[in-house]
Amino acid sequence: MQTIFSWSQVSRRGVMALALGAGVAFAAPYAQAAPKTAATIGMTVEPGGLDPTIGAQVMIGQVTWQNVFEGLTTIDKAGKVQPQLAESWDVSPDGKTYTFKLRQGVKFHNGVAFDSSVAKFTLDRARGADSVNPQKRYFTSIDTIETPDAATLVLKLKQPTGSLLYWFGWPAAVMVEPSTAADNKTNPVGTGPFVFSNWAKGTKVDLKKNADYWNKDISVKLETASFRFINDPQAQSAALTAGDVDAFPEFGAPELVASFEGNDKLATVIGNTELKVVAGMNNSRKPFSDKKVRQALMMAVDRAMVVEGAWSGLGTPIGSHYTPNDRGYKDLTGVYPYDVEKAKALLAEAGYPNGFSFTMKAPQMAYAQRSSQILQALFAEIGVTMNIETTEFPAKWVADVLKAADYDMTIVAHAEPMDIDIYARDPYYFNYKNPEFNAVLAKVEASTDASEQDKLYGEAQTILANDVPALFLFVMPKLGIWDKKLKGLWENEPIPSNVLTEVHWEE
Amino acid sequence: MISIFLRRIVSLIVTLLVVSLLIFTVMNLLPGNPAAIMLGTSATPETLAALRTQMGLDEPLVVRYLAWLAGVLQGDLGQSYTYGVPVAGLIVERLAVTLPLALMAIVMSVAIAVPLGVAAARRHNGLFDYLAGAFSYVSIAVPAFWVGLLLIIAFSTKLGWMPAGGFPGWNAGLWAGLAALLMPAIALALPQAGVLTRVARSAVLDVMGEDFVRTARAKGLSDGAAVWRHALPNALIPVVTMIGLQFTFLIAGAVLVENVFNLPGLGRLALQALSQRDIIVMQDVVLFFSALVIVMNFLVDLAYLVIDPRLRVAT
Repeated sequence: MQTIFSWSQVSRRGVMALALGAGVAFAAPYAQAAPKTAATIGMTVEPGGLDPTIGAQVMIGQVTWQNVFEGLTTIDKAGKVQPQLAESWDVSPDGKTYTFKLRQGVKFHNGVAFDSSVAKFTLDRARGADSVNPQKRYFTSIDTIETPDAATLVLKLKQPTGSLLYWFGWPAAVMVEPSTAADNKTNPVGTGPFVFSNWAKGTKVDLKKNADYWNKDISVKLETASFRFINDPQAQSAALTAGDVDAFPEFGAPELVASFEGNDKLATVIGNTELKVVAGMNNSRKPFSDKKVRQALMMAVDRAMVVEGAWSGLGTPIGSHYTPNDRGYKDLTGVYPYDVEKAKALLAEAGYPNGFSFTMKAPQMAYAQRSSQILQALFAEIGVTMNIETTEFPAKWVADVLKAADYDMTIVAHAEPMDIDIYARDPYYFNYKNPEFNAVLAKVEASTDASEQDKLYGEAQTILANDVPALFLFVMPKLGIWDKKLKGLWENEPIPSNVLTEVHWEE
Repeated sequence: MISIFLRRIVSLIVTLLVVSLLIFTVMNLLPGNPAAIMLGTSATPETLAALRTQMGLDEPLVVRYLAWLAGVLQGDLGQSYTYGVPVAGLIVERLAVTLPLALMAIVMSVAIAVPLGVAAARRHNGLFDYLAGAFSYVSIAVPAFWVGLLLIIAFSTKLGWMPAGGFPGWNAGLWAGLAALLMPAIALALPQAGVLTRVARSAVLDVMGEDFVRTARAKGLSDGAAVWRHALPNALIPVVTMIGLQFTFLIAGAVLVENVFNLPGLGRLALQALSQRDIIVMQDVVLFFSALVIVMNFLVDLAYLVIDPRLRVAT
């Protein structure tokens, strides 16, 4: 590289001629970062719409959550529930009545005041018959909503729901103003520290500071912020080095991360996420219906090798559907560690001494393709033949695997935080049915005691680690690359987000 | 003359109708449904049903096809499922990038290829011909997106003269817009210029062997005058055909280069719509591409009539 491009100064004139002189000199203002109250944040994929209450894409929340929209509660950078538009709350001893004291003096960006009627509207919209909220299930335990006065919201639940306050912090539960709800998809109006200003489709979303932000304890330093969407990892890298983008909180290609080492302008900040890469198996289809087969396959997997091959060694092996970020995490990678001989023996015991063959439906994303290829080689060691069938994600994967459960094995990163309950859902693509597991999760919801809940989450993790309904592989890292002078971005991602509230430039 | 013209127009409309039916059928036969994609992995069946109704995906296919066609005829291309805005606006926004990009690339391509091809033909088998040949082969063999990457590394990353990608929008100023398009246009133009050089060279060579060029030389015209006044005009038909093909390719097929430079062009809109199964956007964009190819062919045919008076006689 260095030798090829060390001619920089020598042929400047020749290059100018080649460039036909047009626009070269005029490019500078565009490439140069604006004054120090603006930040440009890079994202790989552009969201479809900007209303997190009607679309499931994590990118919607990554632009709007905590920046434009806020919820009754919020989730802090450590993954803990904190009050937000609800100042405080009181839970009845039976866990079925929640009384929220709402914050006064909060205004939406269009000037409308936030009060209990707005909160009621938001929750009714999310749980109603024609709701298209992607997390509607989280609101269905609400039986009735009462608004005794403008600052009080009382929820009566059908059954205790221990995770309710946590779910209320999610992007899908943000408060929306009735008159703008229908247009939030293209023109989001919230209560947050930033006001939506423009969306150049295919390019960027611009936000500007909300001068009337209710939370006077926070001094928001950025006057403007842009999210720029750059799909190609090479283009992401070029935009970072050229200074067109100040930060890529989730850089797209782990194999390019090393290229930023020694860069005196850019910092590489590797944190953790909630993205659990798991190879789900169809638990109702032979031979995966046999627990021993699933356990044997788990023991055939060298997780460290998968992480190395799929994600350049950046990632944390997991032994259950849970991440080190999550409350009550237990390291269960030792339950079925990599052991070829034991795997073979267990496979023989299950009646497959000569192995078997099956098809892996792998999405086209790099992590899925690479992981599949490594799994294929690892399974071959125990005599199991895996054919890889690339399945277009999301469209065909959602249709074939998620909806129709027509597959043997698949691999995908589950992005939603604390989603261990997917193994209790019926129908769900794993076709895993274990009443014991469901009972543990039901106890979590029935309990209002945090330490009791943590203990129960530990039990749930252990059941999955033993049953292996899916091969638990690794948690993806958050590959943050950003300007060394840009401070305040979250290092970890307990919930998919790009919270800009504290982002500022250091002089 | 007029009757040729009318016949062409009628066949153009019939073709477009058939194409629209094909597009609609193919797009709606694709596996995957946009509502399920939008609602993700946690959606309940009721939410999915509610969204399908809202999006009008419950209607029978025939009804949806006719509604789409009726809309298109009235200039209403429908609403994007993902963006939630009218598709016509999206296409116009993207054309504001793609059209100037394609024009810049085609102008560069012609500016390089026609002089090069003519010169190579005049020095047939000479050193210059070999050099021009080498240029063609190399520029055809090297993929445009790779040229784009090299340009970015050289002029953006190393020298910092040019933006590394993205498009500031035309309201950021004419020069800022052109600067953002310059490198992608070069990357797109080089392979096209390679092809066009070969076509121009062989067309001129063919014509130079004809009797009328020899006659022109015999009546005392210089070699150069014979080429520019007699050979080149007669060699233009294959060249114009190729330019027409290249232009449609540059509009619809620039997606790899658009990705490298992160340009919000029409190709990327199509790709994005495909991955999200934004069926209505896909239908409209593909119909637009098809219409463009058909209209381009029509225009190229008209250009033949201008270039070659013999074709103006009704056949």
